[in-house]
Amino acid sequence: MTTGRPITEEDLHAYVDRRLDAARQAEVEDYLARHPAEAERIAGYGAQREALRAALASHAEEPIPPELSLARLIEARRHPTARPWRSSWQSMAAAIALLVVGGVGGWLLPHSPDRTAAGIASLAAEAADSYTVYAADHIRPVELKAADRGELVHWVSERLQHPVAVPDLAASGYRFMGGRLVPTPHGPAALFLYDDDHGTRLALLARPMAIDRNAPLAAHSEGPIRGFAWSKAGLGYSLVAGSGGPDLAPLATEARRQTES
Amino acid sequence: MNDMMLLVEPLIPALRRYARSLLGERAAADDLLQDCLERAITRWHQRRGDGDVKTWLFTILHNLAISQLRQSARRGRHVELDEVSETVVARPPTQEAGLQHRDLLNALGTLPEEQRSVLLLVSVEDLSYAETARVLDIPIGTVMSRLARAREKLARAMAPDAGARDQPTNRHQPTNRDQPTKPERPTLWRVK
Repeated sequence: MTTGRPITEEDLHAYVDRRLDAARQAEVEDYLARHPAEAERIAGYGAQREALRAALASHAEEPIPPELSLARLIEARRHPTARPWRSSWQSMAAAIALLVVGGVGGWLLPHSPDRTAAGIASLAAEAADSYTVYAADHIRPVELKAADRGELVHWVSERLQHPVAVPDLAASGYRFMGGRLVPTPHGPAALFLYDDDHGTRLALLARPMAIDRNAPLAAHSEGPIRGFAWSKAGLGYSLVAGSGGPDLAPLATEARRQTES
Repeated sequence: MNDMMLLVEPLIPALRRYARSLLGERAAADDLLQDCLERAITRWHQRRGDGDVKTWLFTILHNLAISQLRQSARRGRHVELDEVSETVVARPPTQEAGLQHRDLLNALGTLPEEQRSVLLLVSVEDLSYAETARVLDIPIGTVMSRLARAREKLARAMAPDAGARDQPTNRHQPTNRDQPTKPERPTLWRVK
């Protein structure tokens, strides 16, 4: 004991939570060394704290579902009529309401609401869809191969009415495989595929943006597919990979740097 | 919106864990977090300029959770809030979590909600005592006394001879003046 200030229950908890300054911590340690029963109790609280963190750790590690994507929520707010990412019971209520209306007035099938929004969130969803279909294809993942890069760039730039460049990710270990044109609810998009020596594939989707024309790099995930999307000067990009894929942040940063230069 | 993405997005996993720990069910917790994020988006510019986004978000989330727990208690049978929280929290965690984790989470579920939230914010979410006090809108002394009671109760529930040592010997008494025998629930239920 150096200061003679009595050790309080609050001090003991702050000790467990590692919130004491060094001097007070030393005093608490000294106190505990002289009070074995208290030391045992406090050690138990420390173990309890660690066990609690361990037991709940998995809840923070689960992949974030798309309805909790901030980018999506921001976009949904910009389009208040479409609130596509409500919870399941609310969607169900909406579906039942639709059935009732349909029964009376005939079938009216709306566009799937997350497709009517044109911004970054739907770009991300389109990239994930394209990845699912084409990156998994081992027969013909691309329509024009890397060797026909010039022809591919000309073709997609013509159809997108926007000059599109193919980022070079070779320095990061990903070879350009080639690409194709893919459909989206907002017209054609360019899809470029890359792979590494282990056969891990990445896809980069690019299309013109009616909204979110200049959006910062943001992470997104669609089930097992993760990606980063951004847009610049009216052209949107999303780089995506499967769950076992690489850390996309540096790759997306590099691709973005190239598309902006 | 750019700063919002940068400041809020990294906190989503922790917010999700807190919501899940309070409500027990993933679906309900995710709905709640979605509401929380929507509010955060709407009110982003009304935030007080102290830059303390973490405390601000946990406050919104906590208030939503409490009003939801209260509503489900009211909607359901005539049950006590604590009883409800206990049943919703006391469910098996993920597969990889061992029996011990399950026992611990079950025991956590038996704590009154007000003690549980203090314990979670301090021990798991690493909020300081002052931040926890702000999130729950209670004095710091109350945070400390609830934390002490939560830890003691949880330790007793997890002790192998639980029940046999209900009378702790020669216990160091907390110095808080704030030791209500009945938890001051209305404070907790306040929704901002």
